[in-house]
Formats: sequence, structure tokens, C-alpha cells
Amino acid sequence: MEKVIDTIDVQRRQFMVGAAGFTFGVAVGAPALLSGEALAQNSSVRLNDWVTVFTDGTVAIMSPAAEMGQGSLTSLPRIVADEMDADWSKVKIVPSPANDKIYGNPGRGYTQYTAGSATVTGYFNSQREFGAQVRQVLMDNAAQRWGVPVAETSTQPGVVLHEKTGRRLTYGEIAAFAKIPAEAPKVAVEPVATANFRLIGTDTPRVDVNGKHNGTAKYSIDVHVPGMIYGAILREPVDGAGVAKVDDAAARAVDGVLNVVPLKYGVGVLAETPWAAFQGRKALKVTWGSKAQGAGFSTDGGFAKFSNAAKDPAHPVIDWEKKGDAAAKLKTAASVVDQEYRSDYAYHAQMEPLNSIAAVSPAGDAVEIWCGVQSQTIAVQQVAAALGIAESKVKFNHYLLGGGFGRRGNRDADFVIDSVLLSKASGKPVKVIWTREDDIHAGRFRPLYVNRLRAGLDTSGNVAGWYHRAVCDHVMAFMDPVRYKIVKGRDPIALLGTEVPAYDIPDRTIEGVLEHTGMRTNPLRGIGFTANSFATEVFVDELAVKAGVDPVEFRLRLLKQMPRARHVIEETAKMADWKRKRPGRGLGVAYVSYSGTQIAGIAEVSVEKSSGAIKVHNFWCTIDCGVAVHPDNVIAQTESSIVYGVGLALTERISIANGAVEQSNFFDYHVPRMRDVPQMHVKLVQTKNHPTGAGQMAVPLVPSAISNAVFALTGVRLRQQPMLAGRVKTALLAGEKRFA
Amino acid sequence: MAQKITATLTINGQRQTITAAADTPLLWVLREQLKLTGTKFGCGAGQCGACTVHLNGQPVQSCLQTLQDVAGKTITTIEGLSKDGSHPLQKAWLAEQVPQCGYCQSGQIMRAAGLLKETPRPTREQIVEYMSPNICRCGTYARITRAIERAAKEMAA
Repeated sequence: MEKVIDTIDVQRRQFMVGAAGFTFGVAVGAPALLSGEALAQNSSVRLNDWVTVFTDGTVAIMSPAAEMGQGSLTSLPRIVADEMDADWSKVKIVPSPANDKIYGNPGRGYTQYTAGSATVTGYFNSQREFGAQVRQVLMDNAAQRWGVPVAETSTQPGVVLHEKTGRRLTYGEIAAFAKIPAEAPKVAVEPVATANFRLIGTDTPRVDVNGKHNGTAKYSIDVHVPGMIYGAILREPVDGAGVAKVDDAAARAVDGVLNVVPLKYGVGVLAETPWAAFQGRKALKVTWGSKAQGAGFSTDGGFAKFSNAAKDPAHPVIDWEKKGDAAAKLKTAASVVDQEYRSDYAYHAQMEPLNSIAAVSPAGDAVEIWCGVQSQTIAVQQVAAALGIAESKVKFNHYLLGGGFGRRGNRDADFVIDSVLLSKASGKPVKVIWTREDDIHAGRFRPLYVNRLRAGLDTSGNVAGWYHRAVCDHVMAFMDPVRYKIVKGRDPIALLGTEVPAYDIPDRTIEGVLEHTGMRTNPLRGIGFTANSFATEVFVDELAVKAGVDPVEFRLRLLKQMPRARHVIEETAKMADWKRKRPGRGLGVAYVSYSGTQIAGIAEVSVEKSSGAIKVHNFWCTIDCGVAVHPDNVIAQTESSIVYGVGLALTERISIANGAVEQSNFFDYHVPRMRDVPQMHVKLVQTKNHPTGAGQMAVPLVPSAISNAVFALTGVRLRQQPMLAGRVKTALLAGEKRFA
Repeated sequence: MAQKITATLTINGQRQTITAAADTPLLWVLREQLKLTGTKFGCGAGQCGACTVHLNGQPVQSCLQTLQDVAGKTITTIEGLSKDGSHPLQKAWLAEQVPQCGYCQSGQIMRAAGLLKETPRPTREQIVEYMSPNICRCGTYARITRAIERAAKEMAA
């Protein structure tokens, strides 16, 4: 999608073969605590990009990924370690410093940006190559020491061998004398289809889990800096509203409040304790400006406007995908199905509210930051720009993220800048903590969607012509104007998931309409798929019903040419015992091809007629993401995605009135709790394909599978998510047919 | 904001004397004054359980307990559940690889410890009902359940 990657790729290759690009260093004795900063900055150790081998056998491997629970802090070094034949018990994973040139993701335009389930897939080839180069240099050194041809050497985990003579040198021993060539050796790695992996495809504990069981794992909200004070910000309720008038007398009178700081987008309160900061903020009386673009916007108004845009043939559109001649096929089709689907705004609800700590130097010419973000390098750029200083003057300390789900990667790094501005204003280190209410009121949401689909069926029940128009708020234009420019307005966050790449539908037209509503938006786990694929997969079900074909069978027919897709559906149907009728319960199926990953799900539901509440009893799911670098983690991520999908499907709704968010906390934004979660049955199919994403792929399956299951049970079609109990009850009353 | 008070409480077996506004939630006393940061801030409204600690042996949400409320009482945080992370629940949490982002897990473990104290061999249904006040946004619920069952088994053995 992002063509710019091709050009950067060339630069990167030049960089890799250049002198600066070499891969590993050797050092004496690993320090007890390895930090990326220390490794990268210690000049007595040869500066290395990815791997350092210590004389005691420790192998330090840099990991550039942000760790927010998705596991890639561990997954990436496993790829390097596998290829260099490292002894995993001796590997120490070191979070890498912020540096796009060295640590950027080749699959994301060489930015150090953990998102899109793109980490393992994007870094996979380069990590293998780095690992293979390190192994080669270790073998070269051993061969030279022994005076034997390098071709006669081999490795076992952590050891170079010369089988003929039985000699062996551990990697640690080699580190004591190793000479590092100026240029990386050229080593070809075995293609994925035939490679024999050793670590990849097996399970070892994730490196970040230890510490999450005893309270010692550190998130930025846990950081204490000497002399630190606390900040809370009352933010404009509508983006761009600005502050018209502030009465801060009561706030300043709160015991512990140190200062009140006017900001462009709100009012900051500085205090000795977080509690005083929150109390002071509560006491502020602020009149907001009225010129925000989103002033007056409401969810209902948005749906009405989007719905009109979805059916107006004259409305300007983004041509997302056009194949064949859908219009002509629709004209001659035996029957046509035409439906509209809706999705409300949805909120990330990461458990760690946004926060950041900044210490700006007294002269304002340097800053140190403590924060967990999805892109370390973007954060550094934004902080430097906010202070008008060089990026080299920003020291960034990266922490674990208490959840991300897309909220911690927006280009303006809003929550990082908060702490920078308040530290600059006070001359002290400041920890800014967003309350949950802040996190929701200034949330950046999965946009509002209206999806209109129209498709024809021929007399044999084949799909003849497919038309889809997705209408939603702009996302990338708001969250990342830099990438928006690169993609030339073809916003993948908003529109991905509208395609049906695997289905054999030769004539299809897919269009997007992006609306500037002034609402704050962001990628949210599953991005556009959560709404677009909800629409397409419910729609496919409607077509199956119209054609009189079983929904699983109907999909399999559309996937004749796609064995991996067929396989995940067939496996899921088998697990769910799809054909078996169960009283009072319905089954619904959904399938998605998501960034190459093939995934299918089946939901088993019941509906409480009196309330309209849907209960999901079971969810079966099969995922094929190619080579699974860490199988147990793929399963964990898939379970996690299913739970996330249950929330989006059933209860999670942000509504807007007068431009502002109506929800405040978990008492009115309902995320799934243990009692809401179905029994999950996840099957991982490992295939010898390049690894593709695993961190969010099941999310979009869930709403459509549930809707389809409710139809199977009740004959009532639910076309809006979340399928709130009240909405379901209304739909049941309106369309009651065969509800038992 | 309320007047400052000085209160003495026992935290993880140690007597602590705290001076702060009387209405300061215990959560912030623990996190910012005592630097016991294993107890997490999630919602500040008793809705998510990330801040769960034991108050006189019972799991409570520390964001809802003011300093005034807890004066003279005994508190156990995740840091005090065991000396070395060896509580059967903590071991089970590692064995089942429960945590993802991990942020809610101190609260989950403290709540689970309350459950096993009350009901040493809980059924699936008892686990689900007891644990439902605690939110895990990463959706590790299936593994939390398995870990509780594993720990219960170990404790009964």
C-alpha cells in the first residue's frame, strides 16, 4: 500500500552493507543490568546494532519493539537467536534505543513503530539475516583460530564445532579474541518454505512476564524522579475548541496546588501530589471556545450524514478497489441484496491511563522523558519540535506499556507533550497522569462507520457484482498527517477490511468516503476491519441466506482457489461441530483475510428475549499466520483478540453529543469482564509461509460471527454494532419470526 | 480538599506513618508516597480492580479507601503477598504465562488470593463470579482461570 517503502528499502540496503551497518560486537562480561542506552553508548565496547556477545557467553540482543503485551519484545530476538544458533538460556533481551535508521521496521517504512501486527512480519527477514551474519563471523573466527576451512565448521546452540577434530569453542570463548570484519559477510538464509527452525515454532516464556506477577514490572506511571511534581490537565472537550476564559481561584486555593498553567488545548494544574492535582483540576472553571470543527456534532447526526453519503451516487469517493464491472453484473443479476451496516465509535481502554514524565533542563535546551509509547522515534521527534531543540537533546527512557491497542502511536504524542509543556512551565520534573475520565473524554476513537453493500446473485447462487461504500471519519489525517501525505489520502486505517481479497468475486467496486467531523480518531485494535469486515461478513451471510446455501458452504465456494482460507474455515467448522443443531443456541461463522493471515471464527450464542442480552457461550477460531515464531503467544493474542472483539460486538459504545464524549469511566463504557467471555477454542495452524500478523486478527471476526449467530437463532438480522441489549430487543420485537 | 491528617497503618508487615489529606485514596499513598507501585491506577472509581489490595485480609479497591478510612488498619499489597514471588498464585501466573501487558495483573492476583482464602477449591463458576470486578483489557481471562485452578490444586496438595 505504501509505495514509499520501495525507495527507502534501497537506502536501507546501502546502509546495511556500508561500514556503519555491521551487526555485532564483543565485550567482556555482561553487566548485571543491560540497558540499550548503555550498550549503544559505551565506547569501550564496540558499538553494535543488534547483537553483543560477552566473554561469559551472554548474548545480548537488541529488541526495537514496544512491549504492550503482544510479545514482540521477545519474538524478535528469537528470530535473531534462531539464525545465529544462540543458546536461548544465555540470551538477554535489551530494549533498543530510539533510532529509525538502525532499528526501524523494514515493513513499516523503517520507522520504529510497533503497530499493525507488523512487527514479526516486518522484521523477520532482516533479523534472520543479522543472526546469520553473526553466526558466520563466529565460525570465521573459530576456523581461523584452528587453521581449518570455515566450511568444515558448524554450530550447535552457543558453540562452534570442528567435527573432524572434535574441537569446540563456545561463543563466549570466541568473544575473547574475535575480530569483527568492517563489512558484514554476505550470508544467504534458507527460504522459509524449507528452513529448519530451532527456536521459532517452539514455546519459551516471554521475557516481560516475569515481574508482572509480583508488581516489579515497570510502566512509566510507576517512575519517580527526584524533585518530581504532578500535573493534571483539563482538556478541551472538543478538539480545537481552545480556552476562552479561566477562573482558577478555587483551584489555586486547593492545598498542595503549586500553579495553574494555561495551555493552548486546556489548563494544566501542577501540584505536590496527584490527588491535589486532580482536586485542583476539578475546581477549575473554564469557558471553552466555540470554534471547534466538531462543535455541535453528534453520533445521531453523524450516522444520518454518513448514511446519506453512503447512498448518494454523486458523492465524491476514494476509489479503493475496482475489478471487473460490478455495475453491469448488478444490472443483470437474478436477485440483488442491498444493506446498510453501522458501527459506533469505540475506545481503546488500555488499562494504564495515558501518562508521561518529563524533566526539561532549566535553560529549556534539553529534556529527559520517561514514557511507554508505540513509536519511540516519533515521540522523540515531537518532543524536540515542541521545545525547538535537536532530537539529540532528547533523552528518551522507554517503558512497558500498560496496553496500547493503537492509542499510544499517534503522531502528535499528545500525552507525552503534556508532561513536556508542564515541566517547561514549572522548571521541575513533572509526571502527568490522565484520569480514566480524561482518557475517555479525550479519547481517540475507532471512527463512526456506515457501510453500504450491494451484491447480485445469479440463478445458480453465485455472487455476480459486488459494491461496497464505506463512510467514516478521517483517521490518518488526524492521527498521523505525515503518513496521510505518504498514502495520498488513501487512508488504510479507515478503509482496510473493505476488500474481500480471497473471495472469488471478479466484479467488484469498493469506495471510501472520509468525513472531516472534527472528532478525535486513532487506529484501534483491528482498525477498519472491525467495522468494514463486520459489514462484509454479515453481508456475505445475507447473500448465503438469499442463495439458500449454508453460510460455511457458501464461503467455501467463494474460496475455491484459496486452500489456506478453506482450511481455517473447515477446521473451525469441525471444532464447532457446525452442522449440529443445539436448542436455544445459534451458530454464526465469519472469515477474514487480514494482512495475509487467514482466520475464521464461529460463535455460539443465546439471546435473553426479555432484555435482548446476547450471551456468547463458545467461540471457535482457527488462525494461520504462516510460521508462528512463538506459538503459545499467537494463541494468547488470538484469545485476547476474541475478548476485545466481544466488547466491540456487544457493549462498547462511545457516543457524542454537542461534539463531546458522553461516557466517563468503566461504569458507562463496558469492556468485557470474566463473566462476559465465552469458552475460547483456538487452533493454530502452522504453515511454512512468511509470518504474518497475529496481534489483532481475531478482533473483526467476533462481531460478524455473533450477528450471524443471532440470525441463525432468531431470524433477526443485527446490522449495527455494538449489539446492545436494548437494540437487540427492539430488533427482536420488530422482526420476530422464529425465536423460540 | 480535606485537612491533612497523620495516620499509622501496617503495610506489608511494617508500621508506616503517613501524613496526607484525609480524603487521599490509599492508592495514591501507596504509589506515590510509599513507592509501592505494584498496585495500579486504572479507573479511580472502583470499576476495574487494578488497585486491589488486602485490607485486614479482605480484597478491596484501594482507590475507594481514603487515608482516613484505613488509619490503624493492616494492608497487604502485591509486594507483600510473598517475599519472593513464591505464592502459589504467583507461580501459577508464570506457569500459565498469564500476563500480556500485565498492568492489571497485580490486582487480579490480589483478588484471586482473596478468593482462595474464602474458597480454597473454587468451581469455575465461583472463579468467574468472584473475579468479574477485575478488568483485564488484554483479555487474559482464560489463563487467569487456569492459573487460579492450578494454584488451588497446589495449595490443597
